Amino acid sequence: MGFLFWKKKPKDAAEAPQVSAPEVAEPLVERAAPPRIVEQAPAVETAPVVEPVAPAAPKAQKPKPAAKLQKPAKDEPEPEPEKAAEPEVVPELVAEEPEPVAQQLETVELPKRSFVKGIKSLFTRIKFDVENLDDLEDVLIQADFGLEASEKIVASVKERAKKTGASTEAQLKAILAEIITENLERDDKALNLDSGKLPYVILVVGVNGVGKTTTIGKLANWLSEINSSVIIAAADTFRAAAVEQIATWAQRAGAQLVRPSTEGQDPASVAFEATELAVRTQADVLIIDTAGRLQNKVDLMNELDKIRRVVEKQATIAEVLLVIDATTGQNGMTQAKAFAEVAGVTGVALTKLDGTAKGGIVYSIQTQLGIPVKLVGVGEGIKDFAFFDAAEFAKGLVD
Amino acid sequence: MFGNLSDRLVETFKNLRSKGKLSPADIDATLREIRRALLEADVALEVVKDFITAVRDRALGDEVSKALNPAQQVVQIVNEELVKILGGEQRKLSFSKNPPTVIMLAGLQGSGKTTLAGKLSKWLKDQGQTPLLVAADLQRPNAVNQLQVVGERVGVDVFAPEPGNGKGNPVTVAKDSIKHATKKQYSVVIVDTAGRLGIDEELMAEARDIRKAVNPDEVLFVIDSMIGQDAVNVAKAFEDGVGITGEAVLHCRFHRLPASRSYSHPQARAWMPSSRSTQTAWPAASSTWETCSL
Repeated sequence: MGFLFWKKKPKDAAEAPQVSAPEVAEPLVERAAPPRIVEQAPAVETAPVVEPVAPAAPKAQKPKPAAKLQKPAKDEPEPEPEKAAEPEVVPELVAEEPEPVAQQLETVELPKRSFVKGIKSLFTRIKFDVENLDDLEDVLIQADFGLEASEKIVASVKERAKKTGASTEAQLKAILAEIITENLERDDKALNLDSGKLPYVILVVGVNGVGKTTTIGKLANWLSEINSSVIIAAADTFRAAAVEQIATWAQRAGAQLVRPSTEGQDPASVAFEATELAVRTQADVLIIDTAGRLQNKVDLMNELDKIRRVVEKQATIAEVLLVIDATTGQNGMTQAKAFAEVAGVTGVALTKLDGTAKGGIVYSIQTQLGIPVKLVGVGEGIKDFAFFDAAEFAKGLVD
Repeated sequence: MFGNLSDRLVETFKNLRSKGKLSPADIDATLREIRRALLEADVALEVVKDFITAVRDRALGDEVSKALNPAQQVVQIVNEELVKILGGEQRKLSFSKNPPTVIMLAGLQGSGKTTLAGKLSKWLKDQGQTPLLVAADLQRPNAVNQLQVVGERVGVDVFAPEPGNGKGNPVTVAKDSIKHATKKQYSVVIVDTAGRLGIDEELMAEARDIRKAVNPDEVLFVIDSMIGQDAVNVAKAFEDGVGITGEAVLHCRFHRLPASRSYSHPQARAWMPSSRSTQTAWPAASSTWETCSL
C-alpha cells in the first residue's frame, strides 16, 4: 500500500498555462474561496474556486481537503496564473474550470524500497476474531495508541460488532478501520496555505532527531514543484553543521536559503532576517528550521517563543508544524502539549513511518489535543512524504 | 500529565498501605494501577504482562496472607519484581588488550549517535585515551561535516576521507580507519554510522559489513528514550542484524524507563551515559543527561 501524494504530470508543451484546466479529485470539498483582493493587485481576482465533483471512480471517498497554495495574483505586466495543488486526484475526473489555474495532477504510489514498506499491519502475528477482541487492546497498545485510547477503541469495536453481527476477521478489521478513520478524519488537515496572505510562514519545531530538516527539504521541494518560491531560514544555529545540512536540502529543493551571518547567531534574528526577506521579495513560502529541543527545557522553549514573536512582527505564521517521530511512545503527548502551549502548533508531521513503528501516538494527539496530522514522512528521500489521510492510515494498520 | 514512574508507584503504594487486610480485589486494583503506570512509561507490553502475572501469583499466596504487614509485603514483592524486569546493569566500557579499542555506534535515524560519539570521545580524552572519530555516515546530508564540527568542538581528530552526502563507501572508510588508527597509534576508534531501520535488509547488511571490517570491541546500540513499544522490535532487529554488546539510552526524561531496557538479552546490558554515575561520568557538553532510573 502507499499513500497518495501529489505529483505534477508532464505538461503538454503546447498548452499555455493560463488556460490549463485543473484535474480535480472526486468529492474535494474546497473551501470555496471568495475572490481575494490583494493590495498589490486590486483589479485581479485571485483564488481559484474548485467545485466538488461527483466521483466517477468506483471508490467513493470522503471529501479530502486539498493542501493547496492560494496566492493572490501579483501586480505585474503579465498576470501570472493562479496555482492550486490538490493532493489526491483520480486522473479520469476532469472538472473544467473557467479560471486560469492549475497544474495537471495525478496520484502516485510511494516509490518502492528494498523491504516491505508502508505501515506494517497490526495483525501480522495475531488472528483477529470475535474471541480475540481483548487481544486487540494489546495490539493497539503495542502500536503506541496508549492504554486509554486502546480501551476506548476496543469498546467501540465490540459495540459495533455486536450491532452489526460482525464475526469474520475481515468484518472486524473493517470495523476497526472505520472507527480509527472516523476518529482521525478532520477537515482541517490541509496545510494552511490558503489565506491569500503571502508569504506563508511555516515554523517547524520538535525534539531532537525527529526529522525536521529532512521534512523541510521534502516540503520545500514539493512547493517548488508547484512553482512556488520558497525561502528556508536556517534558524538552527546550535547543532553542529545544522546549517550545512539544511543548505543541502535547500539546494536539492530549489529553495533560497537564509543562513546565520555569524556562528551561533541568535536563531530569532535569523528568523527575523528571513521573514524580512520573504516579505520584501514577496516570496510565496518561508519555512523556518529550528533546533531540536527537549520539551522540558524551559530556556529552549522560551527561545522558541521568542522566534515566534519576532516573526509575527512582520508576518502571520500560517502553520506551526510539530514534527513527531513515529517511534515515539507516550512521551509524544507531553511533547505535543508543551510545544502547543509555547508555539501554538497547528499541525503534526509524522515521520519515519516506513519503519516498524505505527505512530499510534498521533491518535491521542489528534483526539485529545485536537492537533491534526497533516504530513507523513516515509523515508529519507526528497519525495518520501505524503499528505495525511485517515482512511489510508487506518487501512495500513489493519491490512 | 503524569509525573515520573516512581512518583506514581509511590502513590499506589501509599493507597495500598492505608488498607489493613488485603482482599484479592485490593491486589487486583493495585496491579491495574501499576500496569497503567508502566504502560504509560512505555515499558514493553509483554514485560508488563509477565510482571503482573509474577506479582499476582506471589501476592495471592502465603507470602502475603501470612505476613504481619500484608500491604508492606506486597510493596516489597512489587519492588523485587520491578528490579528484575527493569533493573538492567550498568557496566564499564570494555577496552581491548590490543589497541586500538574499537567502538561501533549503530541505531535508528536521529537516535543521537553523532552527538554521543563526540561526548564519548571527549570523555575518553579526559581519561587519558587518544580517541579517533570515524565519519562512516556517508548517507545523511552533511553527517560528515557534523562529526567534523563535533570533533573540533571537543578537540578530537576525525577520520573523514570521504565527503559523504551519498559519496563514498562506509565499509571502506571503516576498514581504512583501523589501518590509520593503528598506524598513528590512536588508542580508541569510535565509528559513527548512518542511522538505519532495523527492517532495511540492505542497510543492515551494510552494518554487518562495517562490523566485519572493524571487528569492534563494542557495538553500542544507541536509542532515544522517547521510543515507545517499538523499542523491542528495533532492539531485536539490531541484535539479530548487527549484534549488540551494549546500549546507550539517551535523553532520559522524567526518570522514564524506556521499553528497550525491558528487552533483556544476555549480552546487551544497558550502558547509560549518566552525569551522576561514577562509571561513566559525562561532561555536560551541550545538554545535561539525566539518569534513567526508578
